[in-house]
Amino acid sequence: MTNAKLMQGNEACTLGALAAGLEFFAGYPITPSTEIAELCSEELPKIGGKFIQMEDEIGSIAAIIGASLTGRKSMTATSGPGFSLMQENLGYASLTEVPIVIINVQRVGPSTGMPTSLAQGDVMQARWGTHGDHPVVVLAPGNVKECFELTVKAFNIAEDYRVPVVVLSDEVIGHMREKVVLPEAKDIKVSTRATPEAPGGYLPYKADPDGGVPLMAPFGAGYRYHVTGLFHDDTGFPSNKGEVADVLLRRLQRKVEKAEPVIRDYAVESVDDCDVLVVAFGSSAMSALSAVRQARAKGVKAGLFRPKTIWPFPEEPLHDIATRAKRVIVAEMNLGQLVLEIERVVGGKAPVEKLGKINGELFKPEEILAAIMGGQR
Amino acid sequence: MSDSLKYFRQNRLPHIWCPGCGHGTITGAIIRAIAKLKLDKNRIVVVSGIGCSSRAPGYLDFDTLHTTHGRALAFATGIKLSRPDLKVIVMTGDGDATAIGGNHFIHAARRNIDITTIVMNNAIYGMTSGQYSPMTPVGMLGTTAPYGTVERPFDLAKMAIASGASYVARATSYHVQLLEEVIEKALLNKGFSVVEAVSQCPTYFGRKNKIGSAVDMLNMFKEHAVNVKAAAVMAPEKLEGKFLIGELHNQSAPEFTEEYQKLIEGVRRKFDNFQGGVRECAQNSD
Ligand SMILES: Cc1ncc(C[n+]2csc(CCOP(=O)(O)OP(=O)(O)O)c2C)c(N)n1
Ligand code: SF4
Repeated sequence: MTNAKLMQGNEACTLGALAAGLEFFAGYPITPSTEIAELCSEELPKIGGKFIQMEDEIGSIAAIIGASLTGRKSMTATSGPGFSLMQENLGYASLTEVPIVIINVQRVGPSTGMPTSLAQGDVMQARWGTHGDHPVVVLAPGNVKECFELTVKAFNIAEDYRVPVVVLSDEVIGHMREKVVLPEAKDIKVSTRATPEAPGGYLPYKADPDGGVPLMAPFGAGYRYHVTGLFHDDTGFPSNKGEVADVLLRRLQRKVEKAEPVIRDYAVESVDDCDVLVVAFGSSAMSALSAVRQARAKGVKAGLFRPKTIWPFPEEPLHDIATRAKRVIVAEMNLGQLVLEIERVVGGKAPVEKLGKINGELFKPEEILAAIMGGQR
Repeated sequence: MSDSLKYFRQNRLPHIWCPGCGHGTITGAIIRAIAKLKLDKNRIVVVSGIGCSSRAPGYLDFDTLHTTHGRALAFATGIKLSRPDLKVIVMTGDGDATAIGGNHFIHAARRNIDITTIVMNNAIYGMTSGQYSPMTPVGMLGTTAPYGTVERPFDLAKMAIASGASYVARATSYHVQLLEEVIEKALLNKGFSVVEAVSQCPTYFGRKNKIGSAVDMLNMFKEHAVNVKAAAVMAPEKLEGKFLIGELHNQSAPEFTEEYQKLIEGVRRKFDNFQGGVRECAQNSD
């Protein structure tokens, strides 16, 4: 157990990023994410990587997209207000297919809200914050160890599929300290984007129409290609043709749809025979797990489904489990965001109840237990 | 000229600019300066924001990045910090650089990051059909200033100097030779360089303000521009209503990416050339 360490979620995210090959970080300080920037500023120079504190979050995401275009794995970290500022360029990364990772340690909003308190109010912003249809992948760690694992995974997905990936952490997960055994470097799977072999005839956006991923040449290597946020054809140059836009946007959507069964990630507890299924992610799932166990002790067949990939949602597994349940309860630190997706996925096979909370305090297991018991004792 | 042509993506021409637009003249000057310096086109990245001016990189045979409105310098900062060995050029408009991108502009200047920034200043938002910009002179008309703007414009050069840029110059699409010269010096300067290239938008600025054709606008630049060297010996009242062209500031200063490289070397010496991977963090582990 030489590798066992006590660390907080934000630190685990940073170490995960470094393990995945992070070389470039740009960010702007914001509670409760700042430890990630601080640790990157300390660690990156040691490995010859770069850290920059930008003038704002718009600049931060712009800088990491620029760095990623030169072939370096790049990341930023923020919280609600900063995440809002990043939305335009998040769409840019999506359309131009530049791999980046954004850690969003959620806090209470809207606006400045309660900077040091817990919320999970960015579920929909992470999916739909930028304008237009666009692919994005969102992962949600449920404990400190997963902060490490899912940040590694975020980089791998970003590199494999050329998409921006958001790690949707929260104030409790980010600041909570747990003892974690980190895997050895040799046991960590690390992906790196596929690059073309040599300049000459390179078509930067050529991919099979059915959701293929184009090869990505780094800037400064003799390819001399164009990248634009305008709709573009295989050459990368802008096009006003409706059919070019149609083909491109459908390919981008399909790319992530096709990836869903591969990147899908979730955890379950006692779902084989459950009557009451609780769905929760991130810190809410810690309380939910405890509630489910207490309900079982009282003889109620409760279970927990905890998605780690939130977007795209692990639709099939939840649908299967929910079909056998009598009730589904969605516990989240907002007034009902993920529940909308759960209702869609469950598709009427069981009634879906929403359990929202927005006072900045982590669910007490008893609150979720009460919902499970539904008035019974 | 043939030497310059090889820096163009000739199959991307003709360009989208209106007849008489100054942006093509300025793009030509940039390319001739690059050709004169015989810069390796595989080691140049040109970054732009959004606007008529920002469409220029699409016609140039380098790695080119057409970003979001106002953000070119922030993207360019990431590229330059990641690959300090590359020559990074930003082509931007007055709206792109000083309105929505004003914050990135002053911070890039403050860092003195080695990026050559050419601001094509036509004192109007061309792409969106002629609204006034932060560089539109008081009293001039725009589609959102139907009675003449009462806002005071920036002096971009002064702003760049005050913010920390190490090379600042101004020229116009009329003074093409001077423009080429100052761009060449800007490209050679190790640090944040700004060339304000005064440009004409006959379609909106010219028409709205009844200045006439592109040629009339160029004549206006000719009449109102005074070389900074000549201005030094002119009486202040003679300079009223005029603007200065030429090299306005040239003072070397520590460059950001070089300083960061030194920081890395210092840190790595201290930490004994740590090779990367997961490691125990000295701090934050309690
Ligand atoms: C975030 C955002 N806001 C507004 C616009 C609309 N817009 C496009 S170009 C432009 C102004 C460009 O003016 P300038 O930079 O002066 O360049 P010019 O077209 O005159 O060369 C504006 C307001 C946009 N594309 N993005
Ligand atoms: S609208 Fe003005 S700035 Fe744009 S291309 Fe036409 S003349 Fe040039």
